[in-house]
Amino acid sequence: MKFSEHWLRTLCNPPRSTAELAETLTMGGLEVETVEPAAPPFTNVVVGRIAAIAPHPNADRLRVCTVDVGAATPLTIVCGAPNAAAGMTVPCAREGATLPGGLAIKRATMRGVESQGMLCSAQELGLADDASGLLALPSTLAPGTPLRDALALDDTLITLKITPNRADCLSLTGIARDTAALTGAPLTLPAWTDVAPASAATQRIVVDDPVACPRFCGRVIEGIDARAPTPDWMRTRLARSGIRSISAVVDITNYVMLEMGVPMHAYDARHVDGAIVVRWARAGETLTLLNGDVLKLDPELLLVCDEKKPLGLAGIMGGEHSGIADDTTTVFLEAAFWNPDAVQGRMRRLGFVSDAGYRFERGVDFMAQPRAIERATRLIVDLCGGRAGPLADVKAALPARDDVRVRLARINGLLGLALDAAAVGAIFERLGFAYRRDGDTFVVTPPSYRFDLAIEEDFVEEVARVHGFERIPATIGRHTAAMLPVPETVRTAPTLKGRLVARGWQEVVTFSFVDSARVALLDPGAEPLKLANPIAAQYDVMRPSLLPGLTAVLETAVARKVPRGAIFEWGRVFAAGPGGAHAQPLKVGGLAFGAALPERWCNPPRNVDFFDVKGELEALAAPRRVTTAPLTHPALHPGRAATVLVEGVAAGIVGELHPRIVRALDLPSAPVIFELDVGVLAPNPLPKAAAVSRQPVVRRDLAVVVDEAVPAQALLDALATVRAPFVGSIEIFDVYRGTGVPTGKKSVAILVLMQDTSRTLTDADSDAAVGALVGELASRFGATLR
Amino acid sequence: MADPVSSDLAALVAAAQADFAAAGDPAALEDAKARYLGKAGVLTARLKALGALAPEARKTEGAAINAAKVALEAALTARRTALADAKLDAQLAAEALDVTLPGRGAGLGGLHPLTRTLARFAEIFHSLGFTVADGPEIEDDFHNFTALNTPANHPARSMHDTFYLEDGALLRTHTSPVQVRYMEEHAPPLKIIAPGRVFRVDSDATHSPMFHQVEGLWIDRDVTFADLKGTLTEFLRLFFERDDLAIRFRPSFFPFTEPSAEIDMSFGDGWLEIGGSGQVHPNVLRAAGIDPQQWQGFAFGMGPDRLAMLRYGIDDLRVFYENDLRFLAQFR
Repeated sequence: MKFSEHWLRTLCNPPRSTAELAETLTMGGLEVETVEPAAPPFTNVVVGRIAAIAPHPNADRLRVCTVDVGAATPLTIVCGAPNAAAGMTVPCAREGATLPGGLAIKRATMRGVESQGMLCSAQELGLADDASGLLALPSTLAPGTPLRDALALDDTLITLKITPNRADCLSLTGIARDTAALTGAPLTLPAWTDVAPASAATQRIVVDDPVACPRFCGRVIEGIDARAPTPDWMRTRLARSGIRSISAVVDITNYVMLEMGVPMHAYDARHVDGAIVVRWARAGETLTLLNGDVLKLDPELLLVCDEKKPLGLAGIMGGEHSGIADDTTTVFLEAAFWNPDAVQGRMRRLGFVSDAGYRFERGVDFMAQPRAIERATRLIVDLCGGRAGPLADVKAALPARDDVRVRLARINGLLGLALDAAAVGAIFERLGFAYRRDGDTFVVTPPSYRFDLAIEEDFVEEVARVHGFERIPATIGRHTAAMLPVPETVRTAPTLKGRLVARGWQEVVTFSFVDSARVALLDPGAEPLKLANPIAAQYDVMRPSLLPGLTAVLETAVARKVPRGAIFEWGRVFAAGPGGAHAQPLKVGGLAFGAALPERWCNPPRNVDFFDVKGELEALAAPRRVTTAPLTHPALHPGRAATVLVEGVAAGIVGELHPRIVRALDLPSAPVIFELDVGVLAPNPLPKAAAVSRQPVVRRDLAVVVDEAVPAQALLDALATVRAPFVGSIEIFDVYRGTGVPTGKKSVAILVLMQDTSRTLTDADSDAAVGALVGELASRFGATLR
Repeated sequence: MADPVSSDLAALVAAAQADFAAAGDPAALEDAKARYLGKAGVLTARLKALGALAPEARKTEGAAINAAKVALEAALTARRTALADAKLDAQLAAEALDVTLPGRGAGLGGLHPLTRTLARFAEIFHSLGFTVADGPEIEDDFHNFTALNTPANHPARSMHDTFYLEDGALLRTHTSPVQVRYMEEHAPPLKIIAPGRVFRVDSDATHSPMFHQVEGLWIDRDVTFADLKGTLTEFLRLFFERDDLAIRFRPSFFPFTEPSAEIDMSFGDGWLEIGGSGQVHPNVLRAAGIDPQQWQGFAFGMGPDRLAMLRYGIDDLRVFYENDLRFLAQFR
């Protein structure tokens, strides 16, 4: 909502500067978005009238003007504007003037003729973009009048960002009412004498749905001159609210909307066939709007029609064919109250917004329509002449405004204030609310122009904002203190992320929506959830895993010549779940690329590999045991991919990116990626301490030869089934292929540490234990000792 | 006249000391020792010769020889220590490193500046007794709008440009649905924050289609609007670790709070909106089965992305989501 400060001050003029007024409005809940001068600064520009004009003796394009600036002696000014003409009233920058941008006007000789100033275009004064010729001023202006006074340019344009609950402030009346409430300055609403009906002309009005249209006021005015000009003051006010002048009658309806907040519509009576009918649209009907769009109608849309055709979208926009034209002589004025329910959501669906619809969907004062008709009638008759018919007011049940009981204790209890009843009463009076007291309870009737006041808390807010949010203290409560539980058996995000960070992993945050093409590249069979309205084609599906985002970050890093790195992300991934639900599990995923360690004198020059990352996962999950099992996964190298199990429970995947994808993304080397389910990773049982043995440790190394195909994990799992109670750790410390080991076989070196808790182990004890281990491997895998 | 015996032994001691000093390694030293103290050594021979002397002379000569032997052994020990020390010094010199070379290893990673900021929110609010709640990013209309007092067609819906899935679900436009879900599951008193991702169809230097919010909810018997002001003011001072920032609460509108306040902050050069807040609307409490006459409190939604920009001196929101590793490496 944009408006002229001058206009507001004619209705309510608090003794505050523009900046103070803006601050008051903002802190009262009417946020001031911008405050800008109506015109840029300039000085010494006056109204001039070209008394005579003559060709320049030495230049074809220039002319010599004699300009009356209200002084005894006219000025001689050389001018190149094509539209300069004798009798024209124009802005004249006198000698000594400063124009916007700092241009100083001096006496100058142009091609041998002395010029005593400059005639100006709108652009030169910063008033408009038009630089094609001199700005034509109304001939009613007296020469010599300072232009800033003549055009009321020392005004300010204020733009408010009105929240959806305050439709009442989409008019000057509403803003003035709030200004009065916030400042205590008096409110002076426009006054006029109603036009007495001078004709009997009426228009029949039929309202099919009185719930959607509880009130429809109308009036016929005959014999108007639609060509009458709009007066400058009205034109200026409209322009300063961003509304272009069209014709007097249309301008008047717009003016009344701005002034009173009541959108109106004017029909040319010639185009209304029979009665005005308010009804819901029928499927298949069409309507050409004022803006030329042809709209296919549906039964969700309320129309104003005549007996033959739709005339307009009720409360939103008129039709093209029934509006006011130059030769209109009889006008039918409409001021209706459309139920917000009949308007809400329609414009969003249709894809446009109108000033009227914007107001009606938020709520328009349902008591103001007759006054708006009277106001418009007065202006039309004054400006265009004509004879007004009687005022029609078709009314059904208007919105209820039930009294609301507002308890003083509730006000103070919600706000943390200690106001007394008198202070609250004074606030309600300043707001113009009708109320009565019932002890310390106020029984308040919400005004017809407020659609946001229905419950006690709504009035608490009114008290708060008029009292001033800034005058409410800032406290931090007197509330029950309670310690917070800190579960020790679930590892938090900071704990787990901290492990990755400490080990060199950099966190990234990528969008939850990704490119379906990337998803398909990683997994041709994936069926990600699709967005109906993606912001861009590369964000058209919800990520089914963290890999699309991680690989995208990798591509950027490679493009920027980052040689290595390890990145991870912590976030949700998405998939269709059973019964239309959505699975949104929390995952942690990572990607390591390039050298395993930074290129440095001491670090081996080796690319990161599967076991680097598996080791990271072991550290991440520790002390919970990580094992891996071979996996086939479309995004991973078939021989270098594994399911990750945490204490035997599947938690995710780890592996090298498939060479096909490495090629497709033009990566210099294959990254190793992982993705784990946080739900499996996070739990960690409370440590339970056991006594530490003081007995000596016995170490035995054994090397067994097995088939190449036997996985290491199978050996470890088999050993675990026959380990003696005193066998501590069993580790694979070497895997050897080559001389001394037959082709197709591998030698696996296993370290066994043994220690009893209560006695020193004998050689016989250790031999028996190792014998059992070797025997198990021999019987299960045909393992032989090397 | 000098004692011929003593002067003779003194020369012997001097000769031995010179020989020991000349020995360059332990083996040469042992050879030199044998020449004097070995079985055929010079001093050993003198000792053997004592028996032939008269008792008086034997006593005198014996004492002199013993003194010479003590002197020799002391010289020997000193030389042995000196040789060992020299050997150790040589070894240490050989083992010396260029300690100025950089160390081994992968170095440290880092948290993303946004999650670092979210962690800071959680930490500060935790100190006031708030726990962290979480909720889904794909939401339904009920939790994102209706339960928050924003029925279909409400003009406030136009404040949120919503992403929809093809199946009709939506991406949450704010973290407020987490408070609804939390209230469905828990009875008051309630004291939570809910940091998370939110989504709106909007993209420019100050808007990203995905960004973050931190929702807060405090419901108790008598949590007031004054408490809202105090809590958030204190939070912001602690977050920025400065007392000179100005904070104002400005009347605004959110369907789910009443009264509602926009939170603005300034370092002295104009106001910046950093979040919305207000006393929880009774309809929202009622929809969650909480009696608004018994329980009251405030909710807020703050923009951690913007706070992170202010704190770390970042002027374009989008850099957070570009994940340039060189940019991210600055936050360690």
